[in-house]
Amino acid sequence: MIHLAGPYLLAAALVGLGVFGIAVRRNAVLLLVGVELVLSGALVLLVTTQAAGADRWSAGSVLPLFVITIAAAETVVALAIILTAFRQRSRVDLDEPSGEAP
Amino acid sequence: MTALDTAFAATALVAVAGGLLAVTTKHVVHAALWLVVALLGVAGSLLVLGAELVALVLVLVYVGAVVVLVLFALMLTRAPIGPDLEHAAGPWRTVGAALLGGAVALLLGSVLLPLAGEPVERADVTSTQVAGQLFGTWVWPFELLSLLLLVALVAALAVSRIPREEQREHHRAEQEVAP
Repeated sequence: MIHLAGPYLLAAALVGLGVFGIAVRRNAVLLLVGVELVLSGALVLLVTTQAAGADRWSAGSVLPLFVITIAAAETVVALAIILTAFRQRSRVDLDEPSGEAP
Repeated sequence: MTALDTAFAATALVAVAGGLLAVTTKHVVHAALWLVVALLGVAGSLLVLGAELVALVLVLVYVGAVVVLVLFALMLTRAPIGPDLEHAAGPWRTVGAALLGGAVALLLGSVLLPLAGEPVERADVTSTQVAGQLFGTWVWPFELLSLLLLVALVAALAVSRIPREEQREHHRAEQEVAP
């Protein structure tokens, strides 16, 4: 027997922490840490549907695998963009105004 | 409180504490390392919820690959060893971000908690069932994922090969001289 309030609270807390991290960080690489936390909150929710016995086609186990793969692909592209921006303007500050690099 | 509830509370505590430190610490490298703790906590809670395969893949892909990539990127963008004072957030920004994160968590919690209801019997889905579904019902999305990974790989290569501004001008000048 398991009470479902725990997983739901964990998912809400992880998404809240992730949004906080996305809003507060000025280093572009650390922005991704917040994104990963939001995605892990989504994973917990998806797996909870399986634990509650309410899923067809094992969606509660298969969809998290898809989410993890897509997150990995997203991280690779995001880091490539950040590193290219760093080579062009030699800083990763998100507060820097757009336009000409100094 | 059953044994499962207690185990879940312990792993969830690890996940939330790790996540909190990952988003608040001033040391950039520590942020990535606390993310490892948070993700291990999440993997533990998934294990308690009965999804061994997802927990294993989470540890392999997130902790093994994504965090290592983030650490590499931190090194390549010349992250300082001590506290990162250059990118320190102001007090108002911190307060605003805390309000935003708290509001999101409260909103999600208030939507989800009424759905919880009474304790339920944990449904056991074996890895054999998951594998059967993955290569049966979900086989086309699964194949599409391999295409997505290939596209991401090629796109990352293409983006990182964009030359620097002065190099591009140098190249252009060379081309103008050549003919």
